[in-house]
Amino acid sequence: MNEEPKILALCCHYCAYAAADLAGSMRIQYPPNVRVLRLPCTGKVDVAYLMQAFEKGVDGVIVAGCLEGGCHFQEGNLRAKRRTALARQVLAEAGIEPERLEMFNLSSADGPKFVEIIKTMTERIKALGPNPLRRKVAQEVTR
Amino acid sequence: MIVAHRKNVQDLKSILSAHKRILVLGCGGCVTVCLAGGEREVGMLSSALRIAFRVDDQEHEVVEATIERQCENEFIEDILEEVQKADAVLSLACGAGVQAIAERYPNVPVYPGLDTKFIGILQEQGIWAEKCAACGKCVLGKYGAVCPLTRCSKGLLSGPCGGSRDGRCEVSPDTECGWQLIYDRMKAIGQLDKLLEPAPLTDWSQSHEGGCRKIIREDQRIKLIS
Repeated sequence: MNEEPKILALCCHYCAYAAADLAGSMRIQYPPNVRVLRLPCTGKVDVAYLMQAFEKGVDGVIVAGCLEGGCHFQEGNLRAKRRTALARQVLAEAGIEPERLEMFNLSSADGPKFVEIIKTMTERIKALGPNPLRRKVAQEVTR
Repeated sequence: MIVAHRKNVQDLKSILSAHKRILVLGCGGCVTVCLAGGEREVGMLSSALRIAFRVDDQEHEVVEATIERQCENEFIEDILEEVQKADAVLSLACGAGVQAIAERYPNVPVYPGLDTKFIGILQEQGIWAEKCAACGKCVLGKYGAVCPLTRCSKGLLSGPCGGSRDGRCEVSPDTECGWQLIYDRMKAIGQLDKLLEPAPLTDWSQSHEGGCRKIIREDQRIKLIS
């Protein structure tokens, strides 16, 4: 992969976003490939958001919500879990590797875990190569 | 409600590949309630189709719209402009909706995006179950409001077959024996004696076997006074 992957992280305000903040306060380095988007809860995630992210060319998407049973809105993260699973299925049918999308659960105290998640996904996406839609564009430019 | 299920993206892609501008049309009725063909599903499927076409280097324009109901002309009219601009319509309605769109726009190819499965209910979140076969002559009153035609795998009207075991059907251990349900229900409402009456032969002409059905209500029709 010549270009660095672009990864979108949909982070819940109450956990993953705070964990990312904590990672920063702790001065822990993590790959700069991720673009964090704060949501009030991962229950705000819709399958269409996840599909459109890939349609627009991101290489990977992380959905990061609270620990199961710990959602600020009772069950938003459980809804996100089901929606992420559906999006993975539909992405696979459309021809995009489902491994590019994954949901993680963490708490606001999990700064180091947030960093681990970013590292894991960055390595995984680098191994998979660019989003097939971007790969097409890159090939055309090379030609 | 009418329960339907989404077709596979790759199957739809091959059906639609001959058309450049595709309108994915959702329906706000039953298929929205059963989470198969509403506005959300239109968004998801349109996105999936755009991705699938682009992965294969095919250029298509996929546009999205959802109307209140596809089985009524009044609502179909609202979408006239969008349909006329499209080379094909992928309807995410039940079979009735797909045909209603096709009848209204005779020059536009219309394809189904869903498989229409049955008339049923939401049993629990994520599980829909068939309850009615639309046989045309309801017998629920005789069987304690449990439909023998739908709930019994063999559609038997005069009692269970030999394949009923511990309340389950021989067809599958996941399937309840319809006749066990009928018996339990009739016992609970104190009408077991009704089951002693032999069931008459079914008049299948009232069902689909009698041809495409139509209900005409003169009291509702608008007639011109001559």
